[in-house]
Parts: sequence; C-alpha cells; structure tokens
Amino acid sequence: MSKSNIVSHLKQKKIIEVLSTGKRMDGRGFEDFRELTIKHNVLYKSEGSAEVWLGKTHVMVGVKVGTGTPFEDTPDEGVLMTNAEFTPIANSAWEPGPPNEDSIELARVVDRGLRSAEVLDTNELNIISGKLVHIVFVDLYILNYDGNLIDACSAGAIAALMGAKKPVYKVVDGEAKLTDEKAPLTIRKKPVAVSVLKIGDNFILDPTADEEDVMDTRLTITFDDDGNICTMQKSGSEGLALDEIKKCINMAQEKAPAIRAKAIGD
Amino acid sequence: MSKKPTTKKTVARKPAKSKKAGKSWKRTDGRTFDELRTLKIESGVLPNADGSAYIEMGRNKIFCGVFGPREMHPKHQAKPNEAVLRCRYHMAPFSVDPRRSPAPSRRDQEISMVMRSALEPAVFLERYPRASIDVYVEVLEADGGTRCASINAAAVALVDAGIPMRDLVAACAVGKIEDKLIVDLGDYEDKKGQSDMPIAYMPKLNKVTLLQMDGTMSTTEAETAINLAIEGCKKVYEVQRDALKKKYSIDQPPEKPVKEFLPEEPEEEPQSEEGRQ
Repeated sequence: MSKSNIVSHLKQKKIIEVLSTGKRMDGRGFEDFRELTIKHNVLYKSEGSAEVWLGKTHVMVGVKVGTGTPFEDTPDEGVLMTNAEFTPIANSAWEPGPPNEDSIELARVVDRGLRSAEVLDTNELNIISGKLVHIVFVDLYILNYDGNLIDACSAGAIAALMGAKKPVYKVVDGEAKLTDEKAPLTIRKKPVAVSVLKIGDNFILDPTADEEDVMDTRLTITFDDDGNICTMQKSGSEGLALDEIKKCINMAQEKAPAIRAKAIGD
Repeated sequence: MSKKPTTKKTVARKPAKSKKAGKSWKRTDGRTFDELRTLKIESGVLPNADGSAYIEMGRNKIFCGVFGPREMHPKHQAKPNEAVLRCRYHMAPFSVDPRRSPAPSRRDQEISMVMRSALEPAVFLERYPRASIDVYVEVLEADGGTRCASINAAAVALVDAGIPMRDLVAACAVGKIEDKLIVDLGDYEDKKGQSDMPIAYMPKLNKVTLLQMDGTMSTTEAETAINLAIEGCKKVYEVQRDALKKKYSIDQPPEKPVKEFLPEEPEEEPQSEEGRQ
C-alpha cells in the first residue's frame, strides 16, 4: 500500500485541503458511499458466492462447505473459517506470498462480525457429535483494491452465506453418507461493518485507497439487524476522544441498514 | 466435481450407443469433436494493473493482471541484457471442489513455469534490460483447461499493458475420449479421457510454444491432435483479437478510462506542484 513518500505527502496535503472545504477528492460528501453493487451466486463450484464492487474496489467472496472433525471443546458444533487473500493483481504494491498483517486483520474483523452476531447456527452444522461436522469456509478474494475492504468484504460475506447451500449427510449406523440433497444454511443475523476514517478533524465514510493512505485512524463498527454493535476494531496510530468515538458510532449506525439492504439484494 | 460428472455421465451414455452411426457422435455437453466451449475475453478489467484480461472459457473464470516493465525486486534476479518475465498461476480456494489451500502447490508452480515459457517467445524482452514483467493469473473457477485459458488471458493482458509483442499466444487442448480425438476438453473429459494435450501456438509466426501431454496416443493420433489443436488455437486467436479491438478500436472509443480520469487529473496535478514550490 505504501507508495513513495513524496507522492503521499503531496496527496496528503491536497486531500486535507479539499476536506476542509467540506468535499472530498472525488466530489463526494463525507458520509457518501461510492456505488455498491453486489451480485449473488456467480460461481458454480462454490456452495455460495458473491461479487462485490464498491467504486473501484472489487472483491469475490466464495463460500465452501466441507467436513472435518470438530474442536475438542465443542464436539457438536460446526466450524466457520474466514480467510482473506490479497491477490497481486489487486494492487501494484501487493506481492504474492503468505498473508500479511493487513489481510489477516481484514479476515479477522469480518470473521468476528459473523461470529459475534452468531450468523450461523453451529449446532445445525453438526453431523456426528465429536466426529464429523460441517466446516464453512468464507474466502475473501480481493481482485482490485481501492480502499474500504472491510465494509465491502463484510457485506459480500453475508451475501455469499445467504445464498450458500450445504450438502446433506444422512447418518446410518453411526456412518455419515452423502446424499444428493442440498440445504440452505440458516442465517440468523446479517451483520454489516461500517468503517469511519479520521483525517485531521474530519470523519469520512467509505474511504478510497488514497484516503486510507493518509488516514490518522480508522474505527470499524459492525452492526447486526437490531442495530446492536457486534464488533469494533480501531486501527491506525492516532488516539480517539470519547465524543469522537460516539460520533463514529452514530455515523456508522446510520449507514448500516442501507448496506445490509444491498447485501440481501431485492 | 462430485456433482456435475454424475449428471454428465448419464448424458454420456447416449452417444456411446449411437457410436456405430459415426458422424452423429456427440460429446457429453453436446459439442462436436472440434467445437470449442463458449469463449469470452475482455481486456482492461483491472484498474490497478498495467494490463489485464478476464476470460471465461466454458465455466473457467480467470483474471490476469500484468505489471511492468518495472524495476526488478529482488534486484539480483534482474538480467543485464533483457527483461525477466515472471508468471504466477494461482487458484482461489473456492475454485475447485473440495476447497483447496491458498498456498501454492507443486502443480501451480509447474503451470507458472510452462506459462512463462509459452509466453516468453512472443515478448520483446530485450527491449527492457534489468526490468521485470509480472504476469499474475488468478483462477476463480476451474473447469478443465485452466492452463490454456490462463495463457489466452495472459497474452491479451500483456498486449493491454502495452508491451511490444511479436505475436499473440493462443492456447487450446486436444484429448482423447472413447478413442476419439476432441478439442478443448471440459472438466469431465479431462478427468475421464484417455489423454490430454495442451498446446500454445503463435499463429503469425506459426510456432508452438507449449506442448505437454499425458495419457496415451499413437504417433499418428498425436500428429492429428497437434493439427486439431492448432486449428482450435486459431479460433481462440480471433476471439483474443476481438477483445483487444473492442477496447482499442477508434470506432468504439473506450468508455471507462477517458471519462473517469479527466475530471480528477487537471485538478490534482497543477495545484500539488504549486504546493511544492
């Protein structure tokens, strides 16, 4: 993400200058989102999928449902795993290789949103207690990066999970047998994340890559359908005052229902 | 994989019965022996890449991004007399059934290597000493013949990046199933067939740049197969050209770049320079 410092300094100056006039570099107001488009079930081989465009940010979310052994402390609960992949085609500065801290943060924040809101009924994913459970993988695949990955990915994850179908197993004499049937996953809540970026004294929503490059700090808040907060994540190395946190929460809360509506689609 | 072939298998039985009829033999998906799957190529699909292409070949869905020529990193890999073409073939975890690990496998590394040698002869590498040209392929959905589809996309993406080329590289596979030669194998044919031979070809220079085969074929069959593959490559080549024409022809001005970048740049450039002085 880091480009040469000179460019960043010039850009930073310009971005802050424009913000002080109440506008942003691309002409948006502080709380305006770029156009969010979500296409459901675009792939055949995944159990569920969603393709998300947020401005120039482009993400493919694939859901695979496999099987495996449950964790020892939760023998009759299925497993949800979220993984993010920063592909080198998404940004000229991203290189192939193992996940870096940014991609791990992205995956973990989205994962915590899904977990805390208890989106999936983990007991429903149980096949044979202590032996066999469904494992639901949510893979966030970044195809083009232009900022605000967390919001795009969390909306995409919900959209992909909603369309996902799990293979049905029949248990006969303690043996699990795969049937031809498919059953949709029960989605209990639809959490969406909204990130608020602080640059100078300004708070903005849906930042572009340039804005993220010069940000002071970011607060991501995930809301469930009832407007409850289910995950928060602050990143960036600048502090936030209490009233600033309140402001962020209010800004994010207002935007969440619109994003959720897009994720659900029609 | 587990779901589709079972449905296809039942379809496959029908043509087997009518085998004696000869000419009426059809493939599992109803294609004739030399028919390609539906092929769609689009260039310039990734705003952050220097050049890019998206290909749908049957149910294969593949993105390719090209970066460069740019400074080689790490530096010691640079060549003093020419650019280095680096290819990376990678599959999304959800592209196959069951899910695969995102870490590169031995297969991925081999395909990356053969892709490089398939594309290298077409690129004027000597024009960019010490530079690297990076070709990244991301497979979102795999349906047999991903290496050919990847090469097809990569060639278009290289042109889109403005890298001088001697020719396009088009790729297509031939294989044998039920003792019959077929072109552009689908996933089922790839797995159940007797042999598979992916070929990449530069149509103008009339040179084959990728040739692999597994399974068994007689020498005469192999010869016919290569000719069939080359015919397939020529069809692919037309689609590749169309994709590039669509983006670059004058009758159809590009919709995206001009409109999107014009309002931003004049505003940003001059003022930031002033600020610096």
